[in-house]
Amino acid sequence: MGKRQREVDAVAYEYRRYPFVPPPGLFASEERHPVIVVGAGPVGLAAALDLAGHGIPSVVLDDNDLVSVGSRAICWSKRTLEILDRLGVGTACVEKGVTWKIGRTYHRDTEVFSFDLLPEEGHKMPAFVNLQQYYVEEYLIAAAEASDLVDLRFKNRVTAAEPGNEHVRVSVETPDGSYWLDASFLVACDGARSPIRAMLGLEFEGLLFEERFLIADIEMAGDFPPERRFWFEPTFHFGQSALLHKQPDNIYRIDLQLGWDADPETENHLDRIRPRIEKVVGHGEFNIDWHSVYTFQCRRLERFVHGRVIFAGDSAHLVSPFGARGGNGGIQDVNALGWRLAAVVRGNAPLALLGHYDAERTYGADENILSSTRSTRFMSPTNGAERWFRDAVLALAERTEFARPMINSGRLSVPCVYPLEAPDAEILPTVSRPGAVAPDAPQGTGWLVDSLGGEVRLLALGEAGEGVGVPVLRPKFNDAIRSRYLGEAGEAWYLIRPDQVVAARWTAYDAAAIAHETARLWEG
Amino acid sequence: MTLTTMPNLNDRDEIYARIIETHQGLTDAESQALNARLVLILVNHIGDEAVVAEALALARGDSG
Repeated sequence: MGKRQREVDAVAYEYRRYPFVPPPGLFASEERHPVIVVGAGPVGLAAALDLAGHGIPSVVLDDNDLVSVGSRAICWSKRTLEILDRLGVGTACVEKGVTWKIGRTYHRDTEVFSFDLLPEEGHKMPAFVNLQQYYVEEYLIAAAEASDLVDLRFKNRVTAAEPGNEHVRVSVETPDGSYWLDASFLVACDGARSPIRAMLGLEFEGLLFEERFLIADIEMAGDFPPERRFWFEPTFHFGQSALLHKQPDNIYRIDLQLGWDADPETENHLDRIRPRIEKVVGHGEFNIDWHSVYTFQCRRLERFVHGRVIFAGDSAHLVSPFGARGGNGGIQDVNALGWRLAAVVRGNAPLALLGHYDAERTYGADENILSSTRSTRFMSPTNGAERWFRDAVLALAERTEFARPMINSGRLSVPCVYPLEAPDAEILPTVSRPGAVAPDAPQGTGWLVDSLGGEVRLLALGEAGEGVGVPVLRPKFNDAIRSRYLGEAGEAWYLIRPDQVVAARWTAYDAAAIAHETARLWEG
Repeated sequence: MTLTTMPNLNDRDEIYARIIETHQGLTDAESQALNARLVLILVNHIGDEAVVAEALALARGDSG
């Protein structure tokens, strides 16, 4: 962060500084590392842990020695929780976080639309958990420090990057001096203002929205339900929009639209913020824990892979916060990258394999940007036809059913379905088609998701399966397995990638085809 | 046949975005004229006077 501390009433989270340990590079030059990760936010830490899960060591460099100042990313999706669970912190996040799945949308003071993000049973992870980013980072740091394969270095700031054909060299500044570090790959997870992106002189293309929003965390004793609540033109905040989320420790997140002409300097002071929030919650019994006035951008790098420098998370793409697609998109980047980068580092796959990471995650970023742009425009329509239609939807929603789901206060993060060209059988359920994340299902006292991930699996729902050289997983049959993996079919075989994405599926066992599709996973 | 008022679109966000996009760059007067043409085109496509009458009443706010 590195910014001046803003005035607040109190901070609920007890920050502690992580120790700076003088790195070996200050005393003697270090051997070339397989991977340097720049940035110890949720994305960088997850990247290092995912690589560690694949047996690849990495050095994580961070310019700071604190977890996130302010709650920042708070809504963690089911998919993210599944990935974090594989990295060892899923349970901690769910236990500490506020689980929710219902979103309610109001126009003025009337509820006009509600949605349930996980209407069916039979999943280990809930639809969403609200948890302050500093907790997620704290848990990830603990997991990283417990891993022999993650070398986490606080107060190590990258000041220069020299990308080469075979390696990347970076200059690192520490409180005890500077040193050079050399690695086969650099994963840049250094955030929205990515210094690495700037050092490489890369364009960051897209839209800047002029609408200004106030974001604040308040601490108060209250009994608001664990639901997402969004208001268009509420009486407590005339003509604008408002969003309320519950977090643990009696913290509530409030987003208030301020209009394009609001002055950020004037608005970002407690004496301006406090009365606005009093109107939202109806009283003044709260502490302001964190606040910021922001505009947002929807933009991305044209490519996420630049030779041996790979971008993931906010350094690669930015979206508006409505839809929870920033942090969740970043964790999904990591998930698409780790297994591939590990194979390339080991020499088991060509460098070109990383091209699939680029293709899949630029596709995912585009979907997130499109969704987030549409939500933003619905919230702050331009004058003329855009506003007429927006207002027409809100007016009609109060008296007719069809207009309600047209109300767009954010379409919440779901994993995209990658456009794979792969063997498929149309009789099988759509939910588990190639490119989709293999859906979870109960397995006795455990879960299918726990036995997937990390390496390639053949999920066999039929007699045959062994002999292809792919570990076979035979799930226990139950209603969830039948409805999510068989549908009308009698038997099926699913090839599932290390990132739990369905690679291909068949209704008739074909060892040669399975072997062929497995080999294709490692091709450039 | 009566007016369908239940959700009836597969990708409503996409259709909505297309409507807005069609108005891109038009003045308010041009947008109003476009909307009028669009209503006439859709009414002709529906082809059922009773349904159109229901839709007109719903839009005007006299029912529901």
